[in-house]
Amino acid sequence: MTLCRALPGLLLVSLALTSCQNRPRADLVLCNGAEPQTLDPALVSGQLEGRLCAALYEGLTRRDAKGKPVPGAAEKWTLSPDGRTYTFTLRKDLQWSNGDPLTAEDFRYSWLRALHPSTASPYAEILFFIAGAEDYHAGRASPETVGIRVIDPSTLQVQLLNPTPFFPSLISFSTYLPVHRATVEKSGDRWTRPENWVGNGPYQLLDWRINDRVSLVKNPKYHHPETVQLNRVDALSIARASTAFNLYYSGQADLLLDKGMIPSLIVPQLRGRPDFHPGPLLATYFYRFNVTRPPFNDPRIRRALALAIDKEAITEKVTRGGEPVAQALTPRGIHGYQPPEGLSRDVETARGLLRQAGYPEGRGFPRVSILYNKSELNEQIAVEIQAQWKRELGIEVDLRNQEWATYLRSLDTLDFDMARSSWVGDYDDPNTFLDCFVTHRGNNRTGWSNPHYDSLLASALSESNPVKRFQILQKAETILVTDELPIVPIYHFVGVLMFDPSRWEGLFPNLLDEHPLSEVKRKIP
Amino acid sequence: MPSFLLRRFLSIFPVLLAVLVLSFLLVRIAPGSPFSNERALDPATKLLLEKKYGLSGSLPSQVLHYTGNVLQGDLGDSLKFRGRTVTEIIAQSLPRSLLLGSISFCLALGLGIPLGAWAAAQYGKSTDTLLNALALLTLSIPGFVLIPLSILLFSFYFHLFPPAGWGSWNQLLLPSLCLAIPFIGSCARLTRAGLLQTLQSDYIRTARSKGVPESKLVLLHALRPAILPLVAYAGPLAANILTGSLVIEEGFAIPGIGQFFVNGVMNRDVFLVSGTVLIYCLLLLFFNLVTDWLTALLDPRIRLSS
Amino acid sequence: MKNRNKIVGLALLTLILGASIFGPMISPHGVGELSPQRLAAPSQQNWLGTDLHGRDLLTRLLYGGRISLLVGWVGASISLAVGVTYGLVAGYFGGRLDNAMMRLVDILYALPRIVLVIVLISLFDLKLKSALDDTFLAPLATHARLLLLFVGLGLVEWLTLARIVRAQVLTIKERPFVLSSRLIGQRTPTILFRQILPQILPIIITYLTLALPAVILEESFLSFLGLGVQAPLASWGTLLADGAALLNPMGTPWWLIMFPALALTSTLLLLNLLGDQLMLDKDSR
Repeated sequence: MTLCRALPGLLLVSLALTSCQNRPRADLVLCNGAEPQTLDPALVSGQLEGRLCAALYEGLTRRDAKGKPVPGAAEKWTLSPDGRTYTFTLRKDLQWSNGDPLTAEDFRYSWLRALHPSTASPYAEILFFIAGAEDYHAGRASPETVGIRVIDPSTLQVQLLNPTPFFPSLISFSTYLPVHRATVEKSGDRWTRPENWVGNGPYQLLDWRINDRVSLVKNPKYHHPETVQLNRVDALSIARASTAFNLYYSGQADLLLDKGMIPSLIVPQLRGRPDFHPGPLLATYFYRFNVTRPPFNDPRIRRALALAIDKEAITEKVTRGGEPVAQALTPRGIHGYQPPEGLSRDVETARGLLRQAGYPEGRGFPRVSILYNKSELNEQIAVEIQAQWKRELGIEVDLRNQEWATYLRSLDTLDFDMARSSWVGDYDDPNTFLDCFVTHRGNNRTGWSNPHYDSLLASALSESNPVKRFQILQKAETILVTDELPIVPIYHFVGVLMFDPSRWEGLFPNLLDEHPLSEVKRKIP
Repeated sequence: MPSFLLRRFLSIFPVLLAVLVLSFLLVRIAPGSPFSNERALDPATKLLLEKKYGLSGSLPSQVLHYTGNVLQGDLGDSLKFRGRTVTEIIAQSLPRSLLLGSISFCLALGLGIPLGAWAAAQYGKSTDTLLNALALLTLSIPGFVLIPLSILLFSFYFHLFPPAGWGSWNQLLLPSLCLAIPFIGSCARLTRAGLLQTLQSDYIRTARSKGVPESKLVLLHALRPAILPLVAYAGPLAANILTGSLVIEEGFAIPGIGQFFVNGVMNRDVFLVSGTVLIYCLLLLFFNLVTDWLTALLDPRIRLSS
Repeated sequence: MKNRNKIVGLALLTLILGASIFGPMISPHGVGELSPQRLAAPSQQNWLGTDLHGRDLLTRLLYGGRISLLVGWVGASISLAVGVTYGLVAGYFGGRLDNAMMRLVDILYALPRIVLVIVLISLFDLKLKSALDDTFLAPLATHARLLLLFVGLGLVEWLTLARIVRAQVLTIKERPFVLSSRLIGQRTPTILFRQILPQILPIIITYLTLALPAVILEESFLSFLGLGVQAPLASWGTLLADGAALLNPMGTPWWLIMFPALALTSTLLLLNLLGDQLMLDKDSR
């Protein structure tokens, strides 16, 4: 009987011992967002995973603390006169974290792997700029036809379809990161487990506890380990903004890297504090119209609705982060590119358009709905817009919320009237935004098709003069956000970093939201 | 007695199988795909992924394939957390929830029963009304109010505990208390109701008229039959508390198993959902067995093998 | 003394019920009406303050009462009807039937509630809408999803009550008065409902008072996930959730939490006290 009584107690104690941390606090603790889905760079599609991959692996180039592409594994590269062939020279004596030499062949292997259909990479298309890549991915061609050639162990030559000026920035993206062939072939799906993992980045994977944290430790085999100051970094997996903020506020976390980790209500109260660091972001929140469904097949109606939205009210009263209002899809800040003016609020014209289209003062307008996935912000924005349209145009729209998976399905099957959406740029070029709305693209999700728009984007791809190219893209974007309006941009996201500037440096808000952990340094008092 | 146990044991397998198949079917029937994302997925890739995980083909064939794997001990991979097996996820998260849940369970019974008994003994007086109202309060405050309130109070105002996280003892107390509070109320109410009923019965009345002191009446004679409804309630209660809750785990950043029940469904992560439901069902069946046995123990009038 | 308590309790409950049903009709504010007074503390214009969109809290609270009370009533009714009968039958007949019935309860109980509601909604939402549109219940058509949510909730609530009732019946059926009823040849339904049921009524009532808040809170959880009330409607639970989401260490609009919490707890308290009164009546025979 005594043993029976003691047993549960013993069990509890042993459970406790196994579950509790027995490590001292890391040098840097940050709230990264929710649990990473994967740490295999070929399979990554989210920003929080991308952040971790930027620490664990290094591509031919990498992005510095200000988001600019700088040499990574490649120390230099040359471009052919036609702008379509890059020749990368890797640094001398590069190594993987287990001591194996890192060569150009590793890059070729990794890129082909990301393209291979069986890998099922969600971002394979970001490699399609390479000649022959798309066909290889579709299973129509063999690997030799892809424009990646190993000249010698430290030289890699890449043949592109078109001159792609943003290619050096592109190759720092997760899908282009190298993976260790032997590990992948030996351990298959399990290769990212801490006991199997091998990488080439400034940090190694020390531990990965699900829904708890990813622990990184400095990689001594990195080519310049002395540039990495912090020895251990813990990235906590936190799903809720309020929990993340509580951890930061109580000092358990040192850094918040995402505005999504701060409850939106208190953002205005935080502004002005020295530890609040806002910055522009290459991301836009917008509404889609289903142009295959009346009344949204009529561009006048789409225009009317777009003109009647008071975007300032939304950014001031709802999102409250100082977000810039979006009149174009592409945020400002891409070097050399001027987004079109778009449409500013004009209620009179909106009413006129509605009248022209057959619904004076909104009479007779069909009962349509705004679809959104259930989240606080989405609902708040939809409630505002619903009220604005009622007030200014006299039309009644319903609010339709769905949980995430159902919402995605509705988007894919065009089972909606209007839907909320957002898009984050993958590289700093307008193409990452505008490419979505080419006819039949998976991310189009509006049913909109404009041959002129398609041809403009195609010609921009093959245009080698950067100024001319941006002009073409601007023309295309004007069609999108001024003339046709299959989407209505609402606001551009704002990135927020929260950290104590008297203790930390090496963190700069930037358009691409790049905050390489290897650049973060603790200030020596 | 052993024959009863054996029969219950044997009846566990059909139940587990039914639950496994039904939860698998439900998640597959629900609209949406485990592979979809804000960024559209190429249909060919989607098909490939479905084939890889045995989710293409007709629904019956998917069920058979999955069930076959489970019977061989393979619970499948998570569709959302690539490269992780369901067994691995459960093995890492379940012990944490069990630890938290055990503390909460002890709190719920340890505080609930005495409070309920006290209320019953003070029946009709103001103490009873007060305790009643208190119990009701604990039942009506949802987790998503209790948690931020308690964090504000105990963490930021009184600086007693850290507001979130997992790893040290002082991070356990606040979440286990928040998890236990609604159940303290319900246990107290059930104990009180059971006691009140038993205290009115004839043999208690006889004992009272014979001069047995009230406290002895309550504790020795009335309590055993009175807590029968509570015992029946405690079965599912134990299973629920030991698998944690999404709100507690997300609010306190606890890496337990409770969040998978909700998030797994939202992600249509069918193998993870079925796997966690299986664990939940096992716990449920186990505790129901225990409570049925306890019920028979406490009331010898029940003949289990009738 | 008892009578006075009962009358006061009933009066207060009727007041709450009446306010929920009729209040929104006489309120000067609409349930989804925005105003420039955002996050305003209680004032002359808005007696209980406003939320982020400037919507009047009092009006929303009254609307919310309709939904919460309805959810609670439906959940409790289904619990009662199905759960009690099921538990009575299982406990009384015992043996293999009891075993099978309780295993079915185990299966249903283990199934994840959320996916059940998702499937219910996806399969039946449109069908129910069009079915209702054809009948006199057309105004309900827009709330088809909510109705499906009620059904989903009801489908789960009766399970624990069935288990509790069965446990009680196992004890009671061996008592002399039951055995003697059997001997004199009384029909089973009579024994179940006239003899045994009154004995376990106090426990049932107690359990219902536990189930009511549980159902109301469950509804708010599912609404929070996107499966329940649609904006601009609200229930007490969702109002509470919205208010609680604003709790933070830097300053909180307290009225958005306090008033929904008060509404919920006071109604539940009243229902509980009434339940107690009912039990008292039963005992004083």
